[in-house]
Amino acid sequence: MTQKDHAQERGSDTVWIEQVAWIDRVPRPVAMAFVFAVFVGIWHIVTQAGFVSPIILPTPGETFADLVLVGRNLISGEYMLAALWVTLREVAYGFAIAMMIGFSLGIIVGETAFGERAIMPYLVAIDTMPKVAFAPLFIAWLGFGIESKVALAAFIATFPIVVGTAAGLHSADANARMLFKTMGASRLQTLFKMKLPTGLPQIFTGLKIASVSVMAGAITGEFLGGGRGFGELIRVASTQLNTPRVFSLIIYLSLVGMALFGTVVWIQRRFVFWHKERVVGGDL
Amino acid sequence: MECQYPLMPGSATMPVATNTSHDVVYQLSGVSKTYARNAVHALEDINLTLGKGSFSSIIGSSGCGKSTLLKIMAGLIPPSRGRVVLQGRPVTGSRRDIGMMFQQATLFPWRTTIENIVLPIEIRDGKAAALAAHEPARALLELVGLKGFDKAYPSELSGGMAQRAAICRMLITEPAVLLLDEPFSALDELTRDFMNMELQRICTSRNATAFLVTHSIPEAVILSDVVYVMKPRPGRIAEEVVIDLPRPRTLDMITTPKFGALVEHIRGRLDKETFI
Ligand SMILES: Nc1ncnc2c1ncn2[C@@H]1O[C@H](COP(=O)(O)OP(=O)(O)OP(=O)(O)O)[C@@H](O)[C@H]1O
Ligand SMILES: [Mg+2]
Repeated sequence: MTQKDHAQERGSDTVWIEQVAWIDRVPRPVAMAFVFAVFVGIWHIVTQAGFVSPIILPTPGETFADLVLVGRNLISGEYMLAALWVTLREVAYGFAIAMMIGFSLGIIVGETAFGERAIMPYLVAIDTMPKVAFAPLFIAWLGFGIESKVALAAFIATFPIVVGTAAGLHSADANARMLFKTMGASRLQTLFKMKLPTGLPQIFTGLKIASVSVMAGAITGEFLGGGRGFGELIRVASTQLNTPRVFSLIIYLSLVGMALFGTVVWIQRRFVFWHKERVVGGDL
Repeated sequence: MECQYPLMPGSATMPVATNTSHDVVYQLSGVSKTYARNAVHALEDINLTLGKGSFSSIIGSSGCGKSTLLKIMAGLIPPSRGRVVLQGRPVTGSRRDIGMMFQQATLFPWRTTIENIVLPIEIRDGKAAALAAHEPARALLELVGLKGFDKAYPSELSGGMAQRAAICRMLITEPAVLLLDEPFSALDELTRDFMNMELQRICTSRNATAFLVTHSIPEAVILSDVVYVMKPRPGRIAEEVVIDLPRPRTLDMITTPKFGALVEHIRGRLDKETFI
């Protein structure tokens, strides 16, 4: 948010107050609360008026009550916490594996002509496939345990990291390369002291996309391959037509997703302090 | 090549082999360059001899091959033909005794100013040596008027300050030759004049040999012992103009008739030779 310049001096006829339209002046918390209230209000009216059946869309009240219920279950460490823990592990392992493979492939593709010529075309080819369609394969190969979900989550999250890393390595300008050459820098020194730091903004962009898709991968895996995670809870609740439960479970999952995304943004803020960009969602 | 002005005042009757009186630092003989990629014939038969402590400039239209020549001299790209010898050794790659500066300062934003300055040391001799170089780096910062900015990040420096920090980075390895590719052309005229005088002072105090690429005729004249006028397509040296103004040069000299005559002469050569 831009700070408004305030008049600090009296008695000067050239100190004037800049006019900002009221819609641009609303403080963030107020604006967010307002949108939330409008959203819940419409939701309430729609469900109360009986436009839609409660099985399709529960009322805000029901959903809130179920949120509290699920929250209690989570806090008291009952079966939902165990399920959340399963999903969290899938996401964490999947993200870790995606980062390892993603950085390695990204460096090979971004740094070597071989990688760019011989590996990148295949990566692009795989990336254009609907990756969720690989889920049955992973389940066939790795079983119904968490391994197949980790694999799918990692598979989906790897590509944005590869692309971000490779693009980041290409972002160093000709002057910086020439400067490193005049200093007699080795290839590794050029990579670690110049190209990687220069590419960090793009690398983090890739990581942010990955942090969002890794959760989608884990939950898709659970939908298709069963197991004991949160995705399974959602699936069961929806077969029981327990729509409020589906809603509240999704909301808790989105909290996890936001936490992961927020962590990546926080790390980016710390490590890429010199790059002042307006990150979407960066104000989390 | 013709030599219109004698190097030493009053020595016009001496033979033109002026550089024999100095130690030769740079020797380019028959250097040509054709870029294989687009078959551009960028340089043709360049012969240059730079004496120790001399200041030379090269001036020519855009695209005539000045940066190419500088890159060949620095060992960044190989010539297609010819020989480049620096301090008795052929140049076949980057060299410690060369300091280079470009139009952009190219400071790295994740490093503080002083960390940027000691980067060449860090790359060649490691982190410990770089840390040990902080003291001389601070002295250099003081020399260029940036005392107290050692911990500032490049984003906190103005364009001229960043360029001064880049000078420090070039000087930290104490190079014998400075290759300068339009180092101050992004700066405003006042800052540029000031930086040029700084550059002269630094070169004189270190007895460094400097080779400057510039688009500004007055800048070339005020700084140089010799100005090389380049002709394009293929790039070759059309004329070697010896500037026999006394040293140290000051900005006042710009108004003298002699300065004006030299500038006019070079401008005439450029008009005739390089622009179509
Ligand atoms: N890496 C390259 N590959 C192919 N051709 C190049 C390359 N670099 C320069 N050239 C060509 O060589 C010629 C000379 O370029 P150079 O950069 O040396 O010019 P310059 O005199 O420095 O120009 P300017 O004053 O605009 O900086 C140009 O015609 C350019 O197209
Ligand atoms: Mg150039």
